[in-house]
This record gives sequence, structure tokens and C-alpha cells, in this order.
Amino acid sequence: MKIIEQPAHVLHDMLVKKELSAKELTDAFFASIDKSEDTLGAFVTLMRGKAGKDASIIDAKIAQGEELPYFAGIPVAIKDNICTKDVKTTASSKILENFVPPYDATVMTKLYDQNAVIIGKANMDEFAMGGSTEHSAYHITRNPHDLSRVPGGSSGGSAAAVAGGEAVCALGSDTGGSIRQPSAYCGVVGLKPTYGRISRYGLIAFASSLDQIGPITRDVTDAAYMLNAVCGHDKMDSTSLKEKAPDFTKALVADVKNLKIGVPKEYFADGIDPQVEEKVRSAIKSFAELGAKITEISLPHTKYAIAVYYIIAPAEAATNLERYDGVSYGVRVPGKDVPEMMINTRSQKFGAEVKRRIMIGNYALSAGYYDAYYLKALKVRTLISQDYVEAFNKVDVIMTPTAPTPAFKLNELTGDPLKMYLQDICTVPANLAGLPAISVPCGVNSQGLPIGLQIIGRALDEETLLRAAYTFETAQGIPFAVPELNNAEGGASV
Amino acid sequence: MKYEAVIGLEIHSELKTTTKIFCGCKTAFGAEQNTQVCPVCLGLPGVLPTINKKVVEFAVKAGLATNCTINKYSKFDRKNYYYPDLPKNWQTSQYDLPIAEHGHVDIEVNGEKKTVRLTRIHMEEDAGKLVHSGNTIKDSAAGSFVDYNRTGVPLIEIVSEPDMHSAAEARAYMEKIKAILEYIDVSNCRMEEGNLRADINVSLRPVGSDKLGTRTEMKNINSFKALEDAINYEIERQQEVLEDGGKIIQETRTFDPERGVTLSMRSKENADDYRYMPEPDLPPIVMTDEEIESYRRELPELPDAACLRLQNELGLSAYDAGVLTASRQTAQYFDAVLKTGADAKLAANWIMSDLAKNLNAAEITIDQSPVDAKRLGEMILLISKGTISSKIGKKVFAEMWDGNTDSAEKIVADKGWVQITDTGAIEQIVKEVIAKNEKAVADYKNGNKKAIGALVGQVMKASQGKANPQTVNELLTKLL
Ligand SMILES: [Zn+2]
Repeated sequence: MKIIEQPAHVLHDMLVKKELSAKELTDAFFASIDKSEDTLGAFVTLMRGKAGKDASIIDAKIAQGEELPYFAGIPVAIKDNICTKDVKTTASSKILENFVPPYDATVMTKLYDQNAVIIGKANMDEFAMGGSTEHSAYHITRNPHDLSRVPGGSSGGSAAAVAGGEAVCALGSDTGGSIRQPSAYCGVVGLKPTYGRISRYGLIAFASSLDQIGPITRDVTDAAYMLNAVCGHDKMDSTSLKEKAPDFTKALVADVKNLKIGVPKEYFADGIDPQVEEKVRSAIKSFAELGAKITEISLPHTKYAIAVYYIIAPAEAATNLERYDGVSYGVRVPGKDVPEMMINTRSQKFGAEVKRRIMIGNYALSAGYYDAYYLKALKVRTLISQDYVEAFNKVDVIMTPTAPTPAFKLNELTGDPLKMYLQDICTVPANLAGLPAISVPCGVNSQGLPIGLQIIGRALDEETLLRAAYTFETAQGIPFAVPELNNAEGGASV
Repeated sequence: MKYEAVIGLEIHSELKTTTKIFCGCKTAFGAEQNTQVCPVCLGLPGVLPTINKKVVEFAVKAGLATNCTINKYSKFDRKNYYYPDLPKNWQTSQYDLPIAEHGHVDIEVNGEKKTVRLTRIHMEEDAGKLVHSGNTIKDSAAGSFVDYNRTGVPLIEIVSEPDMHSAAEARAYMEKIKAILEYIDVSNCRMEEGNLRADINVSLRPVGSDKLGTRTEMKNINSFKALEDAINYEIERQQEVLEDGGKIIQETRTFDPERGVTLSMRSKENADDYRYMPEPDLPPIVMTDEEIESYRRELPELPDAACLRLQNELGLSAYDAGVLTASRQTAQYFDAVLKTGADAKLAANWIMSDLAKNLNAAEITIDQSPVDAKRLGEMILLISKGTISSKIGKKVFAEMWDGNTDSAEKIVADKGWVQITDTGAIEQIVKEVIAKNEKAVADYKNGNKKAIGALVGQVMKASQGKANPQTVNELLTKLL
């Protein structure tokens, strides 16, 4: 058995039983990183020194017979837009190339409380804007299943690390699909919880009303454990939910009898890859065979979701990113006075995609356009949410493809931003409505590229999502495996 | 053509919460630069705001005290503009749903009563403080520095309708707002510390017209004198421009308090677009009727009510009552003097004359007075009881002002200033004075009743001011 292919729950048992030390585990992952990282490019910053020290501390605890928290000793990757105290946090942007946060994000505090071993900061599209990780200001990340393809994005580094044997699990963030889509492309499990379930304190904001941190894992069981570890109300985040979170691992029961599944026709419309449709429909059929009840439903406002998303998210981003001005932190490009310094810094240190979205956002918020764009987008957002409220009167979960196609080729869409934006069509509505959604692998296409099944649930009902996903995963019975990285076309740096 | 000035004020008041509006940092004035800061108020990547509930309470109380309607649903918005004293490059403020709207306060100028309407009161965060190596941000090649201690200190902005027509009215309005904020104890209103500052809008229009003229704006005025000077200067300047057939340019002007002039700063023709957006990181503020009513119940007596009470219950004149209630400190001082049992009218006179004169000369406020209310009250009681005369009272007051910390009674005893009420002792002095002042006695006896004044004066002098003047009068009349 290969250590680097195991999910956290298996490794936890091995650590408890002393079949493996935390140091050995961490070393195994860094050995794998040494072998693969030049090819994959999943990380912006590796934390070898701190990880080694933390592993030794955990081994001391194990030696003393202390009870181990679930993630004790487990190598975890963190998306580089989550602030880590004393560890560089760049959001894959040149403008934060030298930014070392003086504080930990709430999720980091929670993971450290669990004695997790953080092995590095994962690559991403700059400020989480993109769906391919090609918009990282540092380097691209390759899909472990096909090195000529993107890992998805924006949490592409997190998903590639988990899939490629460089981390057991990871935290990503999801604003319009940025956890689920790369998870689908890389053949791993990605969960975007209900908005507010996990504190956003310390998550470098892209679009505040849409952003949500979530786990990327090798199986559904790990997703439930990781959600347990990082969720909960946080007084530092006024939008975090007051509701007490249940023990999500209690939902890991293989039983979908009488589960009412809605299949929205709008998600199987134009542009969907035939093999994706086939795999997703066959997955839904297997739920029926396990006793679930399938009904076709309609979510009529789905067709506006992309338009609404690409107004609201850039508008929020435009203001959220105003703080990067070279004044008190981050990179500064000098100028003859402060205003010129601010202009130089922003125009030289933001990437093209980030600037594009800032422009869109400011346009939508400008006097004279606000009502026509931003205000209207907020209204349509409400209609999209209402579609889901009505649908959930009839069904317990909704199943769709996670993305309309499998992973595309590197550079395939970079020249066509609009086509890139359309990749978000299946994932964006859950963010607009604040609903929990999970992507689970449901097979591969004829080229061996993974395909993801998306399950969307009622607000706060991650348990039903997890139960459905767990049942499906159990029925499929395909264990997680790290693919051979033998179809490389070159190094990660381009 | 005769012109009428139209004036509106936007008053910014720092609230006296101990912590900032969106984080736990202290707000104390005068701390070492950049020591009252944290990731949140520095606007570091990833931070989120959390509302200080005290700020909402204070803003609601300010709204209630100025007769506003409190909005049960209000929200914060981002007001976007780039400036290095603003770490996020937006100010968290309130745009279309402020906490309070549609208020009014009454003012009085030259005996004329007037109502000034309030458009709205909203909550917002203060910015940091910039120090330039040059004069402005644009000519500071050697650097500009920023102190973020003030960043995130809570403010309310009180916006008036353009209901004022003279510098005196604007001053009276701002004084009334200051008094109200002090009474309800939500702001220190120390103008020299920038706790209370105003942006002034001034325009002119022909008398009788109801159309508003083009206005200019003067920002960050932080004294009453500057307020009046800036308005008067701007009225005159605009009048000259108009009389010469010119046009007023809508612009922001700075007021130079030393030269007493306003100067063009920047034209508003390419008006700032603040690209307001609802603040997604803060949930809306939802108030219930019960909460609003409980805040209303906590309001103390307000200046107008206190002024009426002093007239109706204590029989003071409208003028005296107005002066004594114009600031919370004076009103509290007056109330404390009365607590000693001192007579209200006497107390009013002492506060408004001797005490006020000394405070003005020393340039200190009443709460910094070396003579506290209790000791002044006890001194006044000594006068009422006849232990000392008013004249001796002034000596006692001067003694206390100059640093004698003894009670009035002890000072009088130590100095031997107790009034002589012993008729025998006074009679002795009266007899001596009559013997020595033949001319005055003769004048009096010849029907010049006024001549007795000189004799009273002589007796008082001879007794070193200690003789009871009434007894002196009686004895003189009898013996003459
Ligand atoms: Zn702070």
C-alpha cells in the first residue's frame, strides 16, 4: 500500500496504532513533492521546515500516549489566499509577493488546534479569479491525470496536490465553483459548504457575498471530517452562521432509500460534453437503483446565473482589491508622489485577468450604471435563490454535472475569457443562492479524464449531501489512486 | 440686487466609545503613532469588520435627541475613493439607508426662534492622519507619513437642510448640536481635537427667490470662530463675484483661519464618483421598536427642556436659562451649585459674571474651574445667610480661584471676614463716621438724601467691608 495515496481517516488510524510516525508521513509527502512538484507546480510556497518540526512535536505526543485530534500529523495543503501567520501569503499575485500576514485565518487556527501538518501554500488563479490556475502570477499547475491539461481553478493547486500525491487533503475557496470544478477535473472530492458555515476571517476576499472556504479531499469521509474541523461560528466574521454545526461524520451512512433527487433540465442544455452528460446521468441512475426517487425539475432563472455572477463578483472584487496600493504592505512600485506610486503599483503588479474584473466591477458600480447592472443583478440573484427554495419544496437534493466538460488543454481558453467564464455555468448558482454543494468523482471519459457529479443541497443541509455522496462512493467502490505522471510535456514553469 | 445666503452644515462628530467601530482597538486621543491598530483597522488582506454595538446605540440616541425617525432597517455601504489615510481605499459609511432621518432642532438668534431641519444622521469610520514632508500629498517627494490610530474611530455625520441664512445662525445651530451631543454623552465634542468638525455649504440667491444658487463647500472647520469667519468671507466673496456679473463655480474651498480667507482647492466639475456599494461583510442593522424605545428612555434631559425648567421652576429669565443650559458642563455645574442649597438667582449671577469672566481670562472650561460647584455654592450660602457681604464674597471667590483649597467658611473665618452684625460695634463706627464727616451730614440734613451713600461707604471702609450694609443703613438713618 502506498502511503501517499491514503485518505486522512486511514492515515489517522495508522498513526494512532503507531504503524506510522508523523515524521515518516510528512517525509513521504515531501519525497513525493520532490519527485512531482517540478512537473505539477501545485505550490507557491512549501513549508518543509515548519512541517518537519510540527511532525516531530506530534510524534512526541504520540509517544506520550496523548489522544490525537483527527488531523494530527496529516499533511494538508492550504490555498494561498488563506492567511497563514509568518508564512508568505500571496493569493498568487505579484502585488502580494512579499506579504507575510501577522495573523492566522480562523480556519488555520482550527487546523493548528487539530495538530494538522501544513505542508505548503497551494497555487491558484490570481486572487481566485479564473477557472484554470493559468492566471497565477507565478506559474501554471498541471492536471495530474493529463499533464497537458489544466487542473481547473481557481483552487487548482489544492486539487492537483491532493490528486497528485502531494497532500492528503487541502483547503480551497469557492466563489463560483473554485473548489468543485478543480475537484471534478482532478478526480477528487470538493465541498463548498453553506455560505457562512466556515469563517471567512483571514480569507483574502474576492467576492465577499459569494466566497466560501471548503475541503478538497480524497474521499467523502475525509470531507466530512475536514468540515467538522474548520466549521463553526466565528465572532470575527459577522456573516458566519450562528447555528451550531452537527457532527457531519454521522451523515456517513450508505443509504439513499426514498431520497428525492431533482435533475434540473437547464443544466443539461447546450454546451455540455456528451461524455460528461452520459457519466452524470448514469450516476443519477445508480442512485435510483439504490432506492432514490428521481424527478426532473426546472430552475428557470439558471440562464441568467453567469451574467449575474459576472456583475456581482467583479463589483465586490473591485472594492475588495482597492486596498492593494503599495502604501503599507505588499509590493510598492515607486512614483514621484503617493498618488503616482499607487497607480504604478496597481498597474504593474495586478495581472490582466484581475484588471479586467476590476474594470468590469467599477463599470457596474459607476454612477448612472448602478441601477442597470449591479442593482438589477441583485434582484435576479434573489430570483435564482427563489428557484432553489421552490425546488427544495419538492426534492431533497439536486444533481448536475460539476462542469460542462472535463479538464481542458493548457492555453485552450486563455484567449477567450467569455468561454472561460461559461465553464462556471453549473457551479455559480449555488454560490449565488448560498447553498452547499459537493463534487464527487463519477468516472472518467474515454481519454481517462475525471468527471464530477455535483450534488446541491438545502441551506445548512450538508448532511444530506454527504450521505448521498458517501452512498454513491461506496456503491462505486473505486479507491482513490494517484495517477502516474508519465504523460508530461515538460516542466511546470512556462 | 440683494442676496440671501443659504447655508447647510455637515457636522462630523467622533463618538466617545472606548473601542473603534469595527475592531477592538482603543480610541484614546494622543497615543503614540500607530500603537492603536490591528489587522482589521489596518485593512490587511483577509480581515473582516464587526460592528461595535455601542456605536449603533450612540447614533440612535443622537437621532432621537434631534427628533429624527430611526430607521428600523439600515445598512452600511462602501464609499470608494483612493487616499493613503484610508487603508482599504474605501470608507465604510451609510449611503441610502442611514440610521436616522428627518429630524429638526430649534435655535435662537437675537431673540428670534428658528427651526433647522436635519436631513439625516449616519454612522461611518474616521480615516487616519497624514503628515506630509511637503505642503500637500502632491509635493511631498521626501515622503508622506500616516498615523492609523484614528482609522476606524466611530463618527456620526449629521447633515442639515440648507435652512440657515447667516453665520450667526450656523453657529447657533452647531452650538445646539454640540450641546445635544454633550447632554446625551455620546461625544466629547472637543473641537480642538477634531472630535467635532463641520463641512459648510454656502450659496447665494436673490432675496425672494426659492431656487438654490451654485454652492461652494468648506471642509473640516473645527472652531466656532472659523465657522463664522469662513461663512462671512464666503458670502462676501460670492456677492462680489455675482455683482461683477460672474458665476460661482461649484467647488471645494479650504478656509485659512489665519488669513480669514477661503481658497479654491479643487473644482467639483468632474465630481467624484464614490461607486457606493452595500457592504457585504456586515449584515444590515435591524432595530425593534422596543430597542428604540429603551434608548429613548435612557436619554437625559435635553438642553431645550433644561432651559424651560430653569425658567419655570427657578424663575430665571429666558436669557439666563439659555446661557446656563447651552453646554452640559455649565448646566451640570449650575445644578451642583444648587445642590448646596444656594439661591438659584444668586448662583446664576455668580456663574455668569465672576466665574465666566475668570474662565474666559484663563481660557479654560467650566469643568476645569479651580473653584468647584460645591465650594461656590457654600460661598453663596454664606452671602444669603448674611455671614458675609457680596463684596467679601468676591474676595473669597478670588482667594479660592487663586488656589486656596479651604472651604469658603474657613477662608472667611481665617481672614476675619465675618460680617459684623453686632449693632453695638457698628453703632460705634457710625458715630465716628458722623463725627468726621460734617459736610455729608449737613448735606443730608438739608434734604440731599443721596448723601447717605457716601456715609455708608465710609462706614464700610472703616469696617474693612465687614459691617452688614443693611444694619449700617438703618443705624445711620436713626442717628442722623
Ligand atoms: Zn483595530
